[in-house]
Amino acid sequence: MDGFTPVSALAGGALIGTSAALFLLLNGRIAGISGILGGLLTPPSRETGWRAAFVAGLVLAPFAYAGLGGSLPPVTVDASFPLLAVAGLLVGFGSRLGAGCTSGHGVCGIGRGSPRSVVATGTFMAVAILTVLVVRHLVGA
Amino acid sequence: MAKTASAFAVGLLFGLGLLVSGMADPAKVLAFLDVTGRWDPSLAFVMAGAVAVSATGYLVARRRGRPLLASRLEIPNRRDLDPRLIAGAAVFGLGWGLAGLCPGPALTLLTVAPAQAVTFVVAMVIGMLAFRLLPAAAPKPAVQGADA
Repeated sequence: MDGFTPVSALAGGALIGTSAALFLLLNGRIAGISGILGGLLTPPSRETGWRAAFVAGLVLAPFAYAGLGGSLPPVTVDASFPLLAVAGLLVGFGSRLGAGCTSGHGVCGIGRGSPRSVVATGTFMAVAILTVLVVRHLVGA
Repeated sequence: MAKTASAFAVGLLFGLGLLVSGMADPAKVLAFLDVTGRWDPSLAFVMAGAVAVSATGYLVARRRGRPLLASRLEIPNRRDLDPRLIAGAAVFGLGWGLAGLCPGPALTLLTVAPAQAVTFVVAMVIGMLAFRLLPAAAPKPAVQGADA
């Protein structure tokens, strides 16, 4: 489970980067998931269609993966349902307040050298690492 | 129509990348964040691969100027570091570290681990809606709705 997988990680990362690059070249937009999803929560506009389509693509990706002959990689969700709900609230609120998430700040923002994204990514990485340290090693949950 | 179709294809490709890379597996994300435990550095390679390709795409897009399917590039151009950015990133990091899930993987897992992913995504949407109750931030983003 905790095996080091640099090759698939690099290949998958390149796919994510390709997706972000294509979105900029084709639609002229940043592939920031929280921004795209957050935009769907506003009244319908000319932007609603492509946002919904992008989210649909993300949701249907496992079927494409299986259709291309891959057996889905293992997915382990250890968090309890109450913890998932709390984490979801924090991720949703935080990503909108901070104007981005792992994709918008971490991939796209750093890729274009945005100082805001560099700081945001450094901040959420540090806090996430600290959170895991506390939960796993100090509280012992 | 073309914009919608390309957004769908790009979303699909993004999700495939999440699945191939291991980023869609919360256990793997937490193992990456667990630097003092049995650290799995794999996701650093995901970031490296993704940033390298997206940076190249950005340079090409800037050089071309106009995107193929839209009239202009909608790139956030704010450079100031405001308290909301830092506070938001910190709150996001706390949630990410608790469950190992961020928005993209959560959406891609909706059909893979439905019970858990639906719980997380519903809560995430509520969190996003709660943000809209906040008074508008000043100064406003230069490009409406084009935040990262």
